[in-house]
Amino acid sequence: MHDEFVMGNEAIALGALAAGVNLVCGYPGTPSTEALETVAKRRGENVYVEWSVNEKVAMEIAGGAAYAGARALVTMKQMGLNVASDPLMCLEYIGVKGGLVVLVADDPGPISSQTEQDTRSFASFSKVPLLDPSSAAEAYAMVQEAFELSEKYGTPVFLRPTTRVSHGYASISVKDPEEYTVHPVEGFVKDSSRWVIFPRLSFANHRKIEERNELLQDVFSDNPLNRIEPEEALLSGLRRGVATGGFNYTYVMEARKKLGALRTLKVSTPFPFPEKLAVRFLDGLDEVLCVEELDPVIERELVYLCGKYGLKTKILGKMTGHMPRSGENSRDSVAAALAGFMNLPVPAEAPDTPPPLPVRPPVLCAGCPHRASFYAVKQAMKGRKTVFCGDIGCYTLGNAMPLDMVDTCLCMGAGLGIAQSLNHLEKDRSCFAFVGDSTFFASALPGVVNAVYNQAEFTLVVLDNSTTAMTGHQPHPGTGRTMMGEVVEKVSIENVLKGIGVTVVETVDPLDHRLAVETVRRTADLPGVKAIIFRSPCVALFRASARVTIDPDRCIGCKKCIREIGCPALSFRDGKAIADAAQCNGCTLCAQLCPAGAITGGESHE
Amino acid sequence: MNKNIILCGVGGQGTVLASRLISSAAMARSIPVLSAETIGMAQRGGSVFSHLRMGEGLCSPMIARGEADLILGFEPGEAVRLLPFLKPEGQVVVSSRAVMPVTAALSDTGYRAEDMLAYLSSRVDHLTVVDAEKALQEVGSPKVLNLILLGAAVRTGALGLEAEDLKDAVRRLIPEKFHELNFRALDYSA
Repeated sequence: MHDEFVMGNEAIALGALAAGVNLVCGYPGTPSTEALETVAKRRGENVYVEWSVNEKVAMEIAGGAAYAGARALVTMKQMGLNVASDPLMCLEYIGVKGGLVVLVADDPGPISSQTEQDTRSFASFSKVPLLDPSSAAEAYAMVQEAFELSEKYGTPVFLRPTTRVSHGYASISVKDPEEYTVHPVEGFVKDSSRWVIFPRLSFANHRKIEERNELLQDVFSDNPLNRIEPEEALLSGLRRGVATGGFNYTYVMEARKKLGALRTLKVSTPFPFPEKLAVRFLDGLDEVLCVEELDPVIERELVYLCGKYGLKTKILGKMTGHMPRSGENSRDSVAAALAGFMNLPVPAEAPDTPPPLPVRPPVLCAGCPHRASFYAVKQAMKGRKTVFCGDIGCYTLGNAMPLDMVDTCLCMGAGLGIAQSLNHLEKDRSCFAFVGDSTFFASALPGVVNAVYNQAEFTLVVLDNSTTAMTGHQPHPGTGRTMMGEVVEKVSIENVLKGIGVTVVETVDPLDHRLAVETVRRTADLPGVKAIIFRSPCVALFRASARVTIDPDRCIGCKKCIREIGCPALSFRDGKAIADAAQCNGCTLCAQLCPAGAITGGESHE
Repeated sequence: MNKNIILCGVGGQGTVLASRLISSAAMARSIPVLSAETIGMAQRGGSVFSHLRMGEGLCSPMIARGEADLILGFEPGEAVRLLPFLKPEGQVVVSSRAVMPVTAALSDTGYRAEDMLAYLSSRVDHLTVVDAEKALQEVGSPKVLNLILLGAAVRTGALGLEAEDLKDAVRRLIPEKFHELNFRALDYSA
């Protein structure tokens, strides 16, 4: 063993390696991404790792490995679980031979997601047991226990950190590689009565699943992951208790330092719920406050148990208005809620009012090629009846003023469906769907096939920056690099589109503004499905050393550069535009639109 | 020694690296560290923060209001935003330079560094303002604000670490070709 300072996601990766994981796959998504990246960095040569094309494929890859008796870890964010839900729901019915751990990182807030869905609720829906870590150290231990549980009970097991666990750092004690478990892979054994899902098999297995989960309620009641703290509080005659789990446990622990003894139920397995332990916790309590984020999972279970066992304990939480229904909790919000619950004075907010603070919506980086792509389409389609359907990725930020080029954004790949739909209904509307290169492979292909087959009319704009940028630059099929370190043939977006039957496929550098605008004008009015690929690498990957300079004598102070493109490197001071050298990447978009020719330098794109 | 430190700024300013350097330096002294970082969409020019806690007996990496010994502000408005986290006797080390949000460049929102710094100096007894423009020019790189601020924080004593601890952390975490520049930034003092 040795100590390491690791992020929660890194702890999960190291725990999986310590458990002898044989295969790791997933799709990037904040806050889950670093787990797989760490496996790729730290793996032994016998561990296979890949970024799969999307979460559904990843779940199937991991499922196949588990069929062969391998230990497999599949990683995603909560939105990705929606994509992977088809194979997962069925995998639960089929069962696994090797351990299959499904890492799903939830995002209370939400900080970087479209929804505040709760994987704990998904666990009870899918019947898949779930472990909910409160810290990096616990996540490290839990991922190893999850493999054991998965194999012992023949089921996938969720490991569900939230953002603050995934992106929190702590010094934890981890195994040396020589101490890692070696998990031999038996190999796939043909048995169609086991691996082929049919209604009869599902019926039989459904009953077994329900019996197993009832058993797991007892098993988890005795598992020290779930516990009553402090144990002596059971005898102390306290009339109030708090039930919590996951990262919120750390908030409760900190608050308890000031509030004194408070009977606490820590729920690390919200599904199946540790019923016997919870009933012991409730015994003799008048009131319980449930401290959790997202869904009132623990609260519902306790309300249910009070009904089932005829207990008089009042259960307070989200459903009673004692805790917020949405958003993230904090040290302060939990401390205040607990103080109120204990009838102690709630610390008052400082009455101080600071001067108004700037709102800082995230923006496209200075020099981001997406800005140039959006601006080219905007210029080309000026005055026309249009819709610009956006998608998930950095380019969602094209919605910000002054670009204002994202009219819709729903989920990965949805822009294609929305764009073609709107054209079916409004023939005079010129419809665009913007999709990034990684998203193109992950979830745009069925939308393109659908459009070609069903005679839709819209312009597909692929924003190809040669990486998965928003999540921190992961490779994908178009990059020609794999997580095993191989350089492979790139999957060509042009060839894919042509193969599907898109006849017009134009590729252009968006930073060549004049050519980019011309290309859009020429292409958008053609009939049917046509595609424009704006290809220019992410500035955060290939930082240019060139910067633009603005000649104050030539700048006429018209602010066009600022009003048109919203580059964070540009600002206006004393009647002149200025470029911040720390941010500028020399893309020259501003120089290309300056009417006074005041901006020079940067990298040439014409 | 228990210390609660908040680093705050605008995505892209290098707060995460600064936080890692402090953590690494503390751990080299066998001080337990917990921290929490902003990773994700806000890194694209949004408000970002790191909470960093050192010492024994900690449960959560998050810092409560009125609990921070030090706020390391990479941007004056962001330091004001997180000021409620400062202890009454806490230290603030802040860059003088405002990062204008794109919204402010579009139409004057009235956001000024001077107003933020004036507010800070009216509320904070132990305030160190680093003249960022001057410092970056004298160190000779627009990219090392984080190390310049760390250097200023070390000199206040609020980190409970020495410059040499942070230099060792730089040696561990940053490629060698940048060491000399980073040391210069750490040692910079107006």
